[in-house]
Amino acid sequence: MRSANLTPTVQPAWLRLILGAVVALLGLVALGGPAFAQEDEGGSEGATESIGGTLQTKGEDGEKIFLEGVTFIVLDAGGSEVGTAESDAEGVWRVDLPSSGVYSVELVEATLPEGNALRNPEKNPLEGIEVQPNTNKNTLFPLGEREASDNNTNRVAQLTVDGLKLGLIIAICAIGLSLIYGTTGLTNFAHGEMVTIGAMVAYLFNVTWHLDWLGDWMTSLAFGAVMAVLVTGVLGFAFNEGVWKPLRKRGASLIAALVVSIGFSIFVRYILLYQFGGRAGFYRDFRIGQSIDFGIFTILKKDLFIMVFVTLILVCVGLALQKTRAGKAMRAVADNRDLAESSGIDVEKVIRLVWIIGSALAGLGGVMFGMTENINWEMGFRLLLLMFAGVTLGGLGTAYGALLGSIIAGLFIQLSTLILPGDMKNVGALVALILILLIRPQGLLGRSERIG
Amino acid sequence: MDYQAIIESLFRGLIGERFIVFALAAIGLNLHFGYTGLLNFGQAVFMAAGAYGLAMMVATVGPRLNENTGLNMSETTLFWVGVFTAVVVFPILFALVMGIPTLRLRADYLAIVTIAVAEIFRIVARSPRFDWLTGSSDGLTGFSGTFYDLSPFSTTGRYFFNLFTGNQFFLVLVGWTILAIGTTICWLLVRSPWGRVLKAIREDEDAARSLGKNAYSYKMQALILGGMFGAVGGMVRAVGFSVAQPDNFITDVTFFVWVALILGGAGKVFGPLVGAALLYAVLDSSDTVLRQLVENDYIPSSFMSGTQVGQVRFMIVGLGLVLLAAFRPQGIFGNKEEMALDDR
Amino acid sequence: MTDEFAKHDALVPEAGPKSHAPHPAHALPMFDVDVAAARSALSEVPWEPGASKPDPILVADNVVRRFGGLTAVDVDHVEVQRGVITALIGPNGAGKTTLFNLLTNFDTPDTGSRLFNGQAIDKVPAHKIAGYGMVRTFQLTKALSKMTVIENMKLGATDQRGESLFASVLPVLWRKQENEIESRADELLVHFKMEHMRDQFAGTLSGGQRKLLEMARALMVEPEMVMLDEPMAGVNPALTQSLLGHVTGLRDRGMTVLFVEHDMDMVQEISDWVIVMAEGKIIAEGPPGSIGQNQAVVDAYLGSSHDSALDLGEGS
Repeated sequence: MRSANLTPTVQPAWLRLILGAVVALLGLVALGGPAFAQEDEGGSEGATESIGGTLQTKGEDGEKIFLEGVTFIVLDAGGSEVGTAESDAEGVWRVDLPSSGVYSVELVEATLPEGNALRNPEKNPLEGIEVQPNTNKNTLFPLGEREASDNNTNRVAQLTVDGLKLGLIIAICAIGLSLIYGTTGLTNFAHGEMVTIGAMVAYLFNVTWHLDWLGDWMTSLAFGAVMAVLVTGVLGFAFNEGVWKPLRKRGASLIAALVVSIGFSIFVRYILLYQFGGRAGFYRDFRIGQSIDFGIFTILKKDLFIMVFVTLILVCVGLALQKTRAGKAMRAVADNRDLAESSGIDVEKVIRLVWIIGSALAGLGGVMFGMTENINWEMGFRLLLLMFAGVTLGGLGTAYGALLGSIIAGLFIQLSTLILPGDMKNVGALVALILILLIRPQGLLGRSERIG
Repeated sequence: MDYQAIIESLFRGLIGERFIVFALAAIGLNLHFGYTGLLNFGQAVFMAAGAYGLAMMVATVGPRLNENTGLNMSETTLFWVGVFTAVVVFPILFALVMGIPTLRLRADYLAIVTIAVAEIFRIVARSPRFDWLTGSSDGLTGFSGTFYDLSPFSTTGRYFFNLFTGNQFFLVLVGWTILAIGTTICWLLVRSPWGRVLKAIREDEDAARSLGKNAYSYKMQALILGGMFGAVGGMVRAVGFSVAQPDNFITDVTFFVWVALILGGAGKVFGPLVGAALLYAVLDSSDTVLRQLVENDYIPSSFMSGTQVGQVRFMIVGLGLVLLAAFRPQGIFGNKEEMALDDR
Repeated sequence: MTDEFAKHDALVPEAGPKSHAPHPAHALPMFDVDVAAARSALSEVPWEPGASKPDPILVADNVVRRFGGLTAVDVDHVEVQRGVITALIGPNGAGKTTLFNLLTNFDTPDTGSRLFNGQAIDKVPAHKIAGYGMVRTFQLTKALSKMTVIENMKLGATDQRGESLFASVLPVLWRKQENEIESRADELLVHFKMEHMRDQFAGTLSGGQRKLLEMARALMVEPEMVMLDEPMAGVNPALTQSLLGHVTGLRDRGMTVLFVEHDMDMVQEISDWVIVMAEGKIIAEGPPGSIGQNQAVVDAYLGSSHDSALDLGEGS
């Protein structure tokens, strides 16, 4: 039981800090606004021409299945992007056009639900679509047989590779969640927003801003990712200093802190929605990927890169935790805070470091997640639940447990599509989370707690 | 500026349908969090259980049952079976799913699992695969006829200072009656030895167990009972708007209930009522004010559009939750001794 | 009777310090145990770990509890004599509180069995232990701070009809019992001289008052055996004598007391028998006077860097 004394008097310094952080965040996202705002205007109801369609396929019994969440990108004759749309639950998508003319449409294959493929992959992008004034042009992307039947990839092997990729991404995002829990006891529900912010910062550099006054490299995704890491690291520092440290200083209970983190999560999330709108974005780089065929599975080059890169980062993090002074201090604080404090470790300093590194890793993970799927305002919140599943599976508060648990969660999510329909795969992971709590609540690497 | 619209929205916020829905949900959450200390972040799922329990029984499951079993239940029968499903069967099922894995563990596991269940609900309810059951993202309609048939008020007239149509007025009256009954039950419960055990568990579970109280069982009872209040709220919402849609019950809705509860004061019988009324008075009137400012170009559309107004209320709720939990955990009228959030 | 024991026994007044002799209270249960006989029977018990007692109320066998690679508790055999005050001492980290948790089923041992009043309690959940007549308190006081003192007290009563969900909304079903419980609680509060705080929130009490409240609340269960985890920790010295008086008062009404304590003065003053733990094992047992001479105990305390180490000269 932690003694708690939440004095209701407002402490001006703390309020200034929180307001400062909020203003900084608003300012940051406000800078990103214009490009999205343009898209918004493009999508206003005044447009009289549009391109759209209905994406559907047939189920095993011949019933119609509409595919939701598939992204379409419309390009004008010059090859620059006019707009994007995502198919809704009825498979319907539509992009409003600035004027009549010739356009091309690309279906982003990566967004097709598992097990669906285009019947005519060579007709994607679909080019030379003439749109007459005041018409809504419909296009058709026929979907073919299931992918597995027309090449010799082994479905299990393919899903294992996909699952490993997802698991690695969950892991890089979840390490911070686990370390913050371990060192401060806070179940940080606002951690997912760090992932979203990371992905969006990279998007700003890669797509929105076109800053190239120092050369083209400034618009590359690599530079965007570096900036994402910097920004999320700084934000992690700022949130700790501005919000969490004052709360700890005042001896606020963990429950109060948890509620604060939930409020913070929803607040930041809706600021992001406000500024970026509800649609999905894609990085300019790596939009259309080449894949490498390994016989029993194929993998997109960018995905292979992601897997190797994230593995490297995770190995570095693991080594740092194991070998460096700071890493050892982090593990010591996570293991037993009081003992660490009495043996001369500056706990606040360790916590600050954990916030910076944990947030920066989440930001980097956000860029990776954005590369494999799309960038939207609630991507982090969705991933947060999978992170919780991974972290709980591995054992709350243990860094290696978070790694192991996340990878198992990723594998489980993908492999569950062998049994479950594709749109239910996250349900599988969440049900697994509940079952794990029933069977082994302390997680795979966690220790049971002592009482009293 | 249309000041009458602003004042009307203020009053509707204070006493109208939304207030009733959220006050009921907050009474349930008060039993969970305010009295037992359970971190339920899935109250929206209990609300959905109420809405879908009724809607499915009348619109999808009931007719199929009739077809396949030859039971031939009338729509009225289905409606009342639906009410029973919504208020009793579903909340118990959901509470068991959430509670069995987590109620023996530290408090934050329940928070994680309740959010997970909310996400599972969202995915399943929106899935086209279950369209025959849940109506996927469009949801279900056509299940509230039986209720409005009972209304003694004219459908064309306006009631209560022209604030409500006949049907709305009927719903609001029934809603207030339910609220009054619910608050009375809650009042009786928390002043009884049963309520005393709940408070003891909230303060210290181990102490309660050392004195022979089965903490797990009491927590489960509280979870179920509070879930039932949430389900009644969700059912009122579904009947009031004649539709049950997945998007009405996303996780963010839970946070509205939390703000209402902490605003009014967790662990107080009238806290949920005060909080829900205040929250909706503030949200609905600020919403109307903002919309009018946008429509009349007092706020440039480049800064805020009509859809963005809706997002502002979520920001208010998020920031409200942060500031309340940090500075006024005892609610805006509460005193320090009764703080419900600290000391754990 | 050995010399040491006799000598020590003479130093301890039968019912604790006279100046704080408790009021007779009807609310306190009286058990049909011959306390004097129980105490003198201890003189026949050999001074060795795991010694068997003439009338044990609690028996534990082969109780082992590991946390990860660390063995916190490894007790071959221990018995607690009925009707006497037994102290459980040992350096920090000796596993006293863990053993307490295991004996009261707040923690599950990896192996081992426990008998209370001859009944196996291995599979009994923690909340049912109170029903068997055994109540524990906690090292960190668990006064329920946002409940009033009287609410805390009333919570302790067992078999309350109003604690069932369905009965709770019909006060007529439980009002009479509630009144009885309340008057019993009030009597106990008078006995503990806390009646003036009756309607205060427990959170406003001082550390010592909370300890008293916790003990009084435990007595509402009407237990045969009371287990106190560091009852004197953090208590204002002015209150300790009164607390000690209450503990000996419990024994004199036939209750069995097992308590964990650091302060050797307290142990010498009130206990009839002492069990010493170190590194998870029981290393010595005997009357309080015998402990200071025990080489294993001396080694255990000198070997540990614990700062409240025994003042071994005292009492021997």
